[in-house]
Amino acid sequence: MTRVRGLKCRECGRLYPAEALHVCDECFGPLEVDYDYDAVRAVVSREKIAAGPRSIWRYRDLLPLDDDRVVDLGTGFTPLVRADNLARVLGLRELYLKNDSVNPSYSFKDRPVAIASSKALQFGFDTLACASTGNLACSVAAHAARAGVRACVFIPADLEQGKILGAAIYEPTLIAVDGNYDDVNRLCSEIADQYGWAFVNINLRPYYSEGSKTLAFEVAEQLGWRAPDHVVAPIASGSLFTKLWKGFNELRLVGLIDSPAPRMSAAQPLGCAPVYVAYRDGARDVRPVRPDTIAKSLAIGNPADGYYCLRIIAESGGGCAAASDAEIIEGIKLLARTEGIFTETAGGVTIACLKKLVEAGTIHPDEVTVAYITGNGLKTQEAVAGHIAQPIRIAPTLDAFEAAFRERELALA
Amino acid sequence: MPVTVRIPAPLRRLTDGQREVLVEAPTVAACLERLAEAYPGLKERICEADGSVRRFVNIYVRGEDIRFSQGLDTPLHDGDDVSIVPAASGG
Repeated sequence: MTRVRGLKCRECGRLYPAEALHVCDECFGPLEVDYDYDAVRAVVSREKIAAGPRSIWRYRDLLPLDDDRVVDLGTGFTPLVRADNLARVLGLRELYLKNDSVNPSYSFKDRPVAIASSKALQFGFDTLACASTGNLACSVAAHAARAGVRACVFIPADLEQGKILGAAIYEPTLIAVDGNYDDVNRLCSEIADQYGWAFVNINLRPYYSEGSKTLAFEVAEQLGWRAPDHVVAPIASGSLFTKLWKGFNELRLVGLIDSPAPRMSAAQPLGCAPVYVAYRDGARDVRPVRPDTIAKSLAIGNPADGYYCLRIIAESGGGCAAASDAEIIEGIKLLARTEGIFTETAGGVTIACLKKLVEAGTIHPDEVTVAYITGNGLKTQEAVAGHIAQPIRIAPTLDAFEAAFRERELALA
Repeated sequence: MPVTVRIPAPLRRLTDGQREVLVEAPTVAACLERLAEAYPGLKERICEADGSVRRFVNIYVRGEDIRFSQGLDTPLHDGDDVSIVPAASGG
Protein backbone atom coordinates (compact mmCIF):
# COMPACT_ATOMS: atom_id res chain seq x y z
CA MET A 1 0.00 0.00 0.00
CA THR A 2 1.70 3.21 -1.12
CA ARG A 3 1.17 5.64 1.70
CA VAL A 4 4.44 7.38 0.85
CA ARG A 5 4.25 9.54 -2.27
CA GLY A 6 7.94 10.41 -2.19
CA LEU A 7 10.08 13.18 -0.73
CA LYS A 8 9.24 16.86 -0.75
CA CYS A 9 11.34 19.98 -0.17
CA ARG A 10 10.20 21.71 3.01
CA GLU A 11 11.05 25.07 1.55
CA CYS A 12 10.08 25.15 -2.13
CA GLY A 13 7.82 22.10 -2.31
CA ARG A 14 9.69 20.40 -5.14
CA LEU A 15 8.99 16.63 -5.28
CA TYR A 16 11.49 13.79 -5.42
CA PRO A 17 11.25 9.98 -5.47
CA ALA A 18 11.58 8.12 -2.17
CA GLU A 19 15.30 7.42 -2.47
CA ALA A 20 18.33 8.18 -0.27
CA LEU A 21 18.15 11.93 -0.87
CA HIS A 22 18.14 14.68 1.70
CA VAL A 23 18.74 18.01 -0.01
CA CYS A 24 16.72 19.88 -2.62
CA ASP A 25 18.62 20.36 -5.88
CA GLU A 26 16.88 23.69 -6.45
CA CYS A 27 17.02 25.57 -3.15
CA PHE A 28 19.24 23.37 -0.94
CA GLY A 29 16.36 23.04 1.51
CA PRO A 30 15.75 19.88 3.54
CA LEU A 31 13.63 17.09 2.10
CA GLU A 32 10.83 15.48 4.05
CA VAL A 33 8.74 12.34 3.53
CA ASP A 34 5.53 13.19 1.69
CA TYR A 35 2.58 10.99 2.69
CA ASP A 36 -0.70 10.33 0.99
CA TYR A 37 -2.80 11.00 4.09
CA ASP A 38 -5.98 9.75 2.42
CA ALA A 39 -4.28 6.39 1.95
CA VAL A 40 -3.12 6.45 5.58
CA ARG A 41 -6.57 7.39 6.85
CA ALA A 42 -8.04 4.46 4.92
CA VAL A 43 -5.89 1.88 6.69
CA VAL A 44 -5.24 3.28 10.15
CA SER A 45 -7.43 2.85 13.25
CA ARG A 46 -7.12 2.87 17.01
CA GLU A 47 -8.08 -0.81 17.14
CA LYS A 48 -5.47 -1.82 14.60
CA ILE A 49 -2.78 0.07 16.52
CA ALA A 50 -3.88 -1.40 19.85
CA ALA A 51 -3.59 -4.88 18.34
CA GLY A 52 -0.06 -4.18 17.12
CA PRO A 53 3.26 -4.94 18.84
CA ARG A 54 4.16 -3.07 22.05
CA SER A 55 6.82 -1.08 20.25
CA ILE A 56 7.13 1.68 17.66
CA TRP A 57 6.07 -0.79 14.98
CA ARG A 58 2.44 -0.53 16.01
CA TYR A 59 2.49 2.83 14.17
CA ARG A 60 3.85 1.39 10.93
CA ASP A 61 1.04 2.94 8.86
CA LEU A 62 2.36 6.40 9.77
CA LEU A 63 6.00 5.53 9.09
CA PRO A 64 7.85 5.49 5.76
CA LEU A 65 8.50 1.75 5.54
CA ASP A 66 7.12 -0.27 2.73
CA ASP A 67 8.22 -3.76 3.53
CA ASP A 68 8.77 -6.07 6.44
CA ARG A 69 12.54 -5.93 6.51
CA VAL A 70 13.03 -3.89 9.66
CA VAL A 71 15.83 -3.74 12.20
CA ASP A 72 13.99 -4.34 15.45
CA LEU A 73 15.57 -3.97 18.87
CA GLY A 74 12.18 -3.69 20.56
CA THR A 75 12.23 0.10 20.64
CA GLY A 76 9.50 2.27 22.01
CA PHE A 77 6.22 1.97 23.87
CA THR A 78 8.15 3.32 26.82
CA PRO A 79 6.41 4.26 30.07
CA LEU A 80 4.36 7.41 30.35
CA VAL A 81 4.65 8.04 34.07
CA ARG A 82 2.26 10.24 36.01
CA ALA A 83 4.62 12.45 38.06
CA ASP A 84 2.52 13.56 41.03
CA ASN A 85 5.48 14.22 43.34
CA LEU A 86 7.25 16.46 40.86
CA ALA A 87 3.94 18.06 39.94
CA ARG A 88 3.36 18.99 43.57
CA VAL A 89 6.85 20.54 43.85
CA LEU A 90 6.31 22.56 40.67
CA GLY A 91 2.70 23.51 41.29
CA LEU A 92 1.15 21.54 38.44
CA ARG A 93 -2.08 19.55 38.58
CA GLU A 94 -1.35 16.85 36.00
CA LEU A 95 2.20 16.17 34.85
CA TYR A 96 3.48 13.15 32.95
CA LEU A 97 6.99 12.11 32.04
CA LYS A 98 7.64 10.17 28.84
CA ASN A 99 10.52 8.03 29.94
CA ASP A 100 12.66 7.23 26.91
CA SER A 101 15.73 6.56 29.05
CA VAL A 102 14.76 2.88 28.98
CA ASN A 103 14.99 2.24 25.23
CA PRO A 104 17.35 -0.52 24.01
CA SER A 105 20.40 1.78 23.75
CA TYR A 106 19.09 4.05 26.51
CA SER A 107 17.90 7.07 24.61
CA PHE A 108 15.11 8.15 22.28
CA LYS A 109 17.54 7.85 19.36
CA ASP A 110 16.54 4.20 18.94
CA ARG A 111 13.33 5.49 17.35
CA PRO A 112 14.76 7.41 14.40
CA VAL A 113 17.56 4.88 14.00
CA ALA A 114 15.13 1.96 13.78
CA ILE A 115 13.55 3.65 10.78
CA ALA A 116 16.79 4.83 9.18
CA SER A 117 18.55 1.48 9.54
CA SER A 118 15.54 -0.37 8.17
CA LYS A 119 15.46 1.95 5.15
CA ALA A 120 19.23 1.60 4.73
CA LEU A 121 18.82 -2.16 4.39
CA GLN A 122 15.93 -1.71 1.98
CA PHE A 123 18.08 0.62 -0.14
CA GLY A 124 20.94 -1.88 -0.12
CA PHE A 125 23.52 0.02 1.95
CA ASP A 126 26.17 -2.13 3.66
CA THR A 127 27.41 0.40 6.21
CA LEU A 128 25.52 2.53 8.75
CA ALA A 129 27.12 5.76 9.91
CA CYS A 130 26.35 8.96 11.79
CA ALA A 131 27.67 12.17 13.25
CA SER A 132 26.69 12.10 16.92
CA THR A 133 26.71 13.88 20.24
CA GLY A 134 26.79 10.39 21.73
CA ASN A 135 23.38 8.75 21.96
CA LEU A 136 23.01 8.43 18.22
CA ALA A 137 26.36 6.67 17.95
CA CYS A 138 25.24 4.14 20.58
CA SER A 139 21.98 3.51 18.76
CA VAL A 140 23.51 3.21 15.29
CA ALA A 141 26.19 0.83 16.55
CA ALA A 142 23.55 -1.29 18.29
CA HIS A 143 21.30 -1.42 15.24
CA ALA A 144 24.21 -2.24 12.94
CA ALA A 145 25.15 -5.13 15.21
CA ARG A 146 21.60 -6.41 15.17
CA ALA A 147 21.37 -6.06 11.39
CA GLY A 148 24.76 -7.69 10.82
CA VAL A 149 26.19 -4.73 8.90
CA ARG A 150 29.20 -2.49 9.43
CA ALA A 151 29.01 0.77 11.36
CA CYS A 152 31.26 3.82 11.36
CA VAL A 153 30.22 6.39 13.94
CA PHE A 154 31.73 9.83 14.53
CA ILE A 155 31.70 11.68 17.85
CA PRO A 156 33.48 14.67 19.42
CA ALA A 157 36.50 13.28 21.28
CA ASP A 158 35.53 14.80 24.64
CA LEU A 159 32.24 12.94 25.15
CA GLU A 160 31.24 11.30 28.40
CA GLN A 161 32.53 7.79 29.14
CA GLY A 162 29.07 6.27 29.23
CA LYS A 163 28.45 7.35 25.66
CA ILE A 164 31.85 6.22 24.39
CA LEU A 165 31.55 2.81 26.06
CA GLY A 166 27.89 2.65 25.19
CA ALA A 167 28.79 2.86 21.50
CA ALA A 168 32.09 0.95 21.48
CA ILE A 169 30.57 -2.13 23.10
CA TYR A 170 28.77 -3.05 19.89
CA GLU A 171 32.09 -2.97 18.00
CA PRO A 172 31.57 -0.30 15.35
CA THR A 173 34.45 1.74 13.96
CA LEU A 174 34.30 4.61 16.43
CA ILE A 175 35.96 7.83 15.28
CA ALA A 176 36.58 10.47 17.97
CA VAL A 177 37.10 13.85 16.31
CA ASP A 178 39.11 16.68 17.86
CA GLY A 179 36.37 19.24 17.61
CA ASN A 180 32.80 19.93 18.65
CA TYR A 181 29.68 18.35 17.18
CA ASP A 182 29.35 21.01 14.48
CA ASP A 183 32.87 20.12 13.29
CA VAL A 184 31.96 16.43 13.29
CA ASN A 185 28.80 17.14 11.36
CA ARG A 186 30.54 19.18 8.70
CA LEU A 187 33.19 16.49 8.29
CA CYS A 188 30.55 13.78 8.00
CA SER A 189 28.70 15.72 5.29
CA GLU A 190 31.91 15.62 3.29
CA ILE A 191 32.52 11.93 4.03
CA ALA A 192 28.91 11.05 3.19
CA ASP A 193 29.40 12.61 -0.23
CA GLN A 194 32.37 10.33 -0.91
CA TYR A 195 31.84 6.97 0.76
CA GLY A 196 28.35 5.83 -0.16
CA TRP A 197 27.50 4.94 3.44
CA ALA A 198 24.09 5.28 5.04
CA PHE A 199 24.62 8.30 7.30
CA VAL A 200 21.38 8.02 9.20
CA ASN A 201 21.19 11.73 10.04
CA ILE A 202 22.60 13.04 6.79
CA ASN A 203 21.64 11.25 3.57
CA LEU A 204 18.88 9.23 5.24
CA ARG A 205 17.68 12.15 7.33
CA PRO A 206 14.15 12.43 5.87
CA TYR A 207 13.43 8.83 6.95
CA TYR A 208 15.46 9.01 10.15
CA SER A 209 13.56 12.01 11.46
CA GLU A 210 10.18 10.31 11.01
CA GLY A 211 10.98 7.88 13.84
CA SER A 212 10.67 10.63 16.42
CA LYS A 213 6.98 11.08 15.57
CA THR A 214 6.35 7.87 17.52
CA LEU A 215 7.04 9.85 20.70
CA ALA A 216 3.92 11.88 19.93
CA PHE A 217 1.87 8.86 18.84
CA GLU A 218 2.65 6.91 22.02
CA VAL A 219 1.88 9.79 24.36
CA ALA A 220 -1.45 10.37 22.65
CA GLU A 221 -2.36 6.70 22.83
CA GLN A 222 -1.19 6.38 26.42
CA LEU A 223 -3.29 9.39 27.42
CA GLY A 224 -6.32 7.64 25.97
CA TRP A 225 -6.15 9.02 22.44
CA ARG A 226 -5.78 12.70 23.13
CA ALA A 227 -2.95 15.16 22.87
CA PRO A 228 -1.62 16.79 26.05
CA ASP A 229 -2.28 20.50 26.52
CA HIS A 230 1.41 21.33 26.80
CA VAL A 231 4.63 19.59 25.85
CA VAL A 232 8.19 20.35 26.98
CA ALA A 233 11.02 18.88 24.94
CA PRO A 234 14.72 19.65 24.52
CA ILE A 235 16.23 21.09 21.36
CA ALA A 236 19.59 19.98 20.01
CA SER A 237 19.25 20.01 16.21
CA GLY A 238 15.53 20.64 16.58
CA SER A 239 14.57 17.44 14.76
CA LEU A 240 12.77 15.88 17.73
CA PHE A 241 10.86 19.08 18.47
CA THR A 242 9.63 19.47 14.89
CA LYS A 243 8.65 15.81 14.60
CA LEU A 244 6.68 15.86 17.85
CA TRP A 245 4.63 18.68 16.37
CA LYS A 246 4.24 16.81 13.11
CA GLY A 247 3.24 13.63 14.96
CA PHE A 248 0.44 15.22 16.98
CA ASN A 249 -0.85 17.04 13.91
CA GLU A 250 -0.79 13.87 11.82
CA LEU A 251 -2.87 12.00 14.40
CA ARG A 252 -5.53 14.65 14.05
CA LEU A 253 -5.22 14.72 10.27
CA VAL A 254 -5.86 10.98 9.93
CA GLY A 255 -8.69 11.00 12.45
CA LEU A 256 -7.00 9.18 15.34
CA ILE A 257 -7.46 12.07 17.78
CA ASP A 258 -9.87 15.00 17.94
CA SER A 259 -7.89 17.25 20.24
CA PRO A 260 -5.74 20.03 18.82
CA ALA A 261 -1.96 19.70 18.86
CA PRO A 262 -0.37 20.78 22.15
CA ARG A 263 1.39 24.00 23.02
CA MET A 264 5.04 23.21 22.41
CA SER A 265 7.69 24.63 24.71
CA ALA A 266 11.39 24.10 24.18
CA ALA A 267 14.29 23.54 26.55
CA GLN A 268 17.93 24.38 25.84
CA PRO A 269 21.10 24.66 27.89
CA LEU A 270 22.19 28.27 28.46
CA GLY A 271 25.64 27.31 27.22
CA CYS A 272 24.20 26.38 23.82
CA ALA A 273 20.94 28.20 23.29
CA PRO A 274 20.69 29.45 19.71
CA VAL A 275 16.92 28.86 19.53
CA TYR A 276 16.29 30.31 23.01
CA VAL A 277 18.25 33.47 22.13
CA ALA A 278 16.29 33.95 18.91
CA TYR A 279 13.03 33.38 20.80
CA ARG A 280 13.97 35.76 23.58
CA ASP A 281 15.04 38.48 21.14
CA GLY A 282 12.05 38.02 18.84
CA ALA A 283 14.44 37.26 15.99
CA ARG A 284 13.31 35.68 12.76
CA ASP A 285 16.44 33.62 12.25
CA VAL A 286 18.61 31.49 14.49
CA ARG A 287 22.27 32.51 14.67
CA PRO A 288 24.86 29.78 15.33
CA VAL A 289 26.69 29.81 18.67
CA ARG A 290 29.79 28.12 20.03
CA PRO A 291 28.60 25.51 22.59
CA ASP A 292 29.91 25.52 26.14
CA THR A 293 27.68 23.38 28.34
CA ILE A 294 27.72 20.17 30.36
CA ALA A 295 24.68 19.09 28.34
CA LYS A 296 26.80 17.65 25.54
CA SER A 297 23.82 15.84 24.03
CA LEU A 298 22.36 19.23 23.21
CA ALA A 299 25.63 20.95 22.22
CA ILE A 300 24.72 21.71 18.63
CA GLY A 301 25.66 25.31 17.91
CA ASN A 302 24.06 25.37 14.48
CA PRO A 303 20.74 23.50 14.68
CA ALA A 304 19.47 22.64 11.21
CA ASP A 305 15.83 22.72 12.35
CA GLY A 306 16.23 25.76 14.59
CA TYR A 307 14.20 28.02 12.33
CA TYR A 308 11.29 25.55 12.18
CA CYS A 309 11.34 25.20 15.96
CA LEU A 310 10.95 28.96 16.35
CA ARG A 311 7.93 28.89 14.09
CA ILE A 312 6.37 25.95 15.91
CA ILE A 313 6.82 27.64 19.29
CA ALA A 314 5.05 30.72 17.93
CA GLU A 315 2.33 28.85 16.08
CA SER A 316 1.52 26.53 18.97
CA GLY A 317 1.55 29.25 21.61
CA GLY A 318 4.43 27.73 23.55
CA GLY A 319 7.58 29.20 25.03
CA CYS A 320 11.26 28.53 25.48
CA ALA A 321 13.63 28.47 28.43
CA ALA A 322 17.32 27.81 29.03
CA ALA A 323 19.13 26.29 32.00
CA SER A 324 22.61 26.88 33.43
CA ASP A 325 24.98 24.00 34.23
CA ALA A 326 24.06 24.24 37.92
CA GLU A 327 20.35 24.22 37.11
CA ILE A 328 20.81 21.21 34.84
CA ILE A 329 22.46 19.21 37.63
CA GLU A 330 19.71 20.24 40.02
CA GLY A 331 17.14 19.18 37.40
CA ILE A 332 18.64 15.68 37.23
CA LYS A 333 18.63 15.43 41.02
CA LEU A 334 15.10 16.82 41.37
CA LEU A 335 13.75 14.22 38.96
CA ALA A 336 15.58 11.38 40.70
CA ARG A 337 14.56 12.53 44.15
CA THR A 338 10.87 13.02 43.35
CA GLU A 339 10.10 10.37 40.76
CA GLY A 340 12.87 7.80 40.89
CA ILE A 341 14.00 8.41 37.30
CA PHE A 342 17.71 8.94 36.56
CA THR A 343 18.15 11.00 33.44
CA GLU A 344 21.19 12.38 31.65
CA THR A 345 22.04 16.06 31.27
CA ALA A 346 19.56 16.55 28.39
CA GLY A 347 16.81 15.38 30.75
CA GLY A 348 18.17 17.70 33.43
CA VAL A 349 17.80 20.55 30.94
CA THR A 350 14.19 19.53 30.28
CA ILE A 351 13.26 19.36 33.97
CA ALA A 352 15.06 22.62 34.81
CA CYS A 353 13.30 24.39 31.94
CA LEU A 354 9.94 22.81 32.85
CA LYS A 355 10.35 24.46 36.25
CA LYS A 356 11.25 27.82 34.69
CA LEU A 357 8.32 27.68 32.29
CA VAL A 358 5.91 27.02 35.15
CA GLU A 359 7.43 29.83 37.22
CA ALA A 360 7.17 32.20 34.27
CA GLY A 361 3.49 31.35 33.84
CA THR A 362 4.08 29.93 30.35
CA ILE A 363 2.76 26.57 31.52
CA HIS A 364 -0.53 26.96 33.37
CA PRO A 365 -1.08 24.89 36.51
CA ASP A 366 -4.16 23.22 35.02
CA GLU A 367 -2.64 22.13 31.73
CA VAL A 368 -2.11 18.42 31.15
CA THR A 369 1.63 18.59 30.63
CA VAL A 370 4.09 16.05 29.26
CA ALA A 371 7.85 16.45 29.62
CA TYR A 372 10.05 14.25 27.41
CA ILE A 373 12.94 12.46 29.15
CA THR A 374 15.17 11.61 26.23
CA GLY A 375 18.14 9.78 27.73
CA ASN A 376 19.54 7.73 30.60
CA GLY A 377 21.57 9.12 33.51
CA LEU A 378 24.27 6.49 33.23
CA LYS A 379 25.34 8.08 29.94
CA THR A 380 26.49 11.31 31.62
CA GLN A 381 27.64 10.31 35.08
CA GLU A 382 30.47 12.83 35.09
CA ALA A 383 27.94 15.65 35.30
CA VAL A 384 26.51 14.58 38.66
CA ALA A 385 29.44 12.67 40.16
CA GLY A 386 30.74 15.59 42.22
CA HIS A 387 27.28 16.67 43.36
CA ILE A 388 25.86 13.67 45.14
CA ALA A 389 26.60 12.14 48.50
CA GLN A 390 29.28 9.51 48.74
CA PRO A 391 28.42 6.09 50.21
CA ILE A 392 29.00 5.74 53.95
CA ARG A 393 31.84 3.31 54.33
CA ILE A 394 31.96 1.10 57.43
CA ALA A 395 33.67 -1.94 58.86
CA PRO A 396 31.42 -5.03 58.92
CA THR A 397 30.25 -4.60 62.52
CA LEU A 398 27.01 -3.53 64.13
CA ASP A 399 28.88 -0.94 66.22
CA ALA A 400 30.41 0.61 63.14
CA PHE A 401 26.99 0.83 61.50
CA GLU A 402 25.31 2.35 64.54
CA ALA A 403 28.01 4.98 64.92
CA ALA A 404 27.89 5.93 61.27
CA PHE A 405 24.09 5.95 61.15
CA ARG A 406 23.79 8.08 64.29
CA GLU A 407 26.28 10.55 62.78
CA ARG A 408 24.27 10.74 59.58
CA GLU A 409 20.99 11.25 61.43
CA LEU A 410 22.60 14.12 63.37
CA ALA A 411 23.95 15.63 60.16
CA LEU A 412 20.54 15.50 58.48
CA ALA A 413 18.67 16.96 61.45
CA MET B 1 45.51 33.88 -3.39
CA PRO B 2 44.33 30.54 -4.73
CA VAL B 3 41.93 28.79 -2.40
CA THR B 4 40.39 25.33 -2.69
CA VAL B 5 36.62 25.30 -2.73
CA ARG B 6 34.99 21.99 -1.83
CA ILE B 7 31.78 21.49 -3.75
CA PRO B 8 29.02 19.41 -2.09
CA ALA B 9 27.69 16.45 -4.08
CA PRO B 10 24.32 18.03 -5.00
CA LEU B 11 26.13 20.91 -6.74
CA ARG B 12 28.80 18.97 -8.64
CA ARG B 13 26.64 18.66 -11.73
CA LEU B 14 27.14 22.42 -12.06
CA THR B 15 30.95 22.18 -11.82
CA ASP B 16 31.39 19.47 -14.46
CA GLY B 17 31.51 16.86 -11.73
CA GLN B 18 34.50 18.41 -9.95
CA ARG B 19 34.44 18.03 -6.17
CA GLU B 20 37.15 20.67 -5.66
CA VAL B 21 37.83 23.79 -7.66
CA LEU B 22 40.63 26.34 -7.31
CA VAL B 23 39.63 29.97 -7.10
CA GLU B 24 41.59 33.22 -6.80
CA ALA B 25 39.73 35.56 -4.48
CA PRO B 26 40.47 37.85 -1.50
CA THR B 27 37.13 37.29 0.28
CA VAL B 28 34.32 34.76 0.40
CA ALA B 29 32.05 37.16 -1.50
CA ALA B 30 34.62 37.53 -4.27
CA CYS B 31 35.07 33.76 -4.29
CA LEU B 32 31.36 33.25 -4.90
CA GLU B 33 31.48 35.82 -7.72
CA ARG B 34 34.36 33.92 -9.37
CA LEU B 35 32.38 30.67 -9.03
CA ALA B 36 29.30 32.33 -10.52
CA GLU B 37 31.33 33.42 -13.54
CA ALA B 38 32.92 30.01 -14.07
CA TYR B 39 29.90 27.85 -13.27
CA PRO B 40 26.50 29.25 -14.22
CA GLY B 41 23.72 28.34 -11.83
CA LEU B 42 26.03 27.68 -8.87
CA LYS B 43 25.61 30.97 -7.03
CA GLU B 44 21.79 30.83 -7.23
CA ARG B 45 21.85 27.59 -5.26
CA ILE B 46 24.03 29.10 -2.54
CA CYS B 47 22.72 32.66 -2.29
CA GLU B 48 19.42 34.47 -2.23
CA ALA B 49 18.62 37.12 -4.87
CA ASP B 50 19.94 39.83 -2.55
CA GLY B 51 23.32 38.09 -2.33
CA SER B 52 22.99 36.81 1.24
CA VAL B 53 23.75 33.14 1.89
CA ARG B 54 20.66 30.90 1.96
CA ARG B 55 19.55 29.79 5.39
CA PHE B 56 20.30 26.11 4.67
CA VAL B 57 23.81 26.69 3.46
CA ASN B 58 26.85 26.75 5.70
CA ILE B 59 30.13 28.14 4.41
CA TYR B 60 33.32 27.34 6.27
CA VAL B 61 36.79 28.78 5.83
CA ARG B 62 39.50 26.54 7.34
CA GLY B 63 36.73 24.72 9.20
CA GLU B 64 35.24 27.86 10.75
CA ASP B 65 31.67 28.96 9.99
CA ILE B 66 31.89 32.37 8.28
CA ARG B 67 29.07 33.60 10.48
CA PHE B 68 31.60 33.58 13.33
CA SER B 69 33.99 35.69 11.24
CA GLN B 70 32.92 38.43 8.86
CA GLY B 71 30.33 36.57 6.86
CA LEU B 72 30.73 37.11 3.15
CA ASP B 73 33.50 39.64 3.85
CA THR B 74 35.62 36.98 5.55
CA PRO B 75 39.11 37.30 4.04
CA LEU B 76 40.76 34.40 2.25
CA HIS B 77 44.46 33.59 2.20
CA ASP B 78 46.69 31.40 0.07
CA GLY B 79 45.95 27.74 0.51
CA ASP B 80 42.73 28.23 2.49
CA ASP B 81 39.96 25.70 2.02
CA VAL B 82 36.39 26.80 1.65
CA SER B 83 33.63 24.25 2.29
CA ILE B 84 30.06 24.70 1.17
CA VAL B 85 27.82 22.38 3.18
CA PRO B 86 24.03 22.09 3.18
CA ALA B 87 22.68 22.35 6.73
CA ALA B 88 21.63 18.90 7.82
CA SER B 89 22.50 18.18 11.39
CA GLY B 90 21.29 16.42 14.47
CA GLY B 91 22.66 13.51 16.44
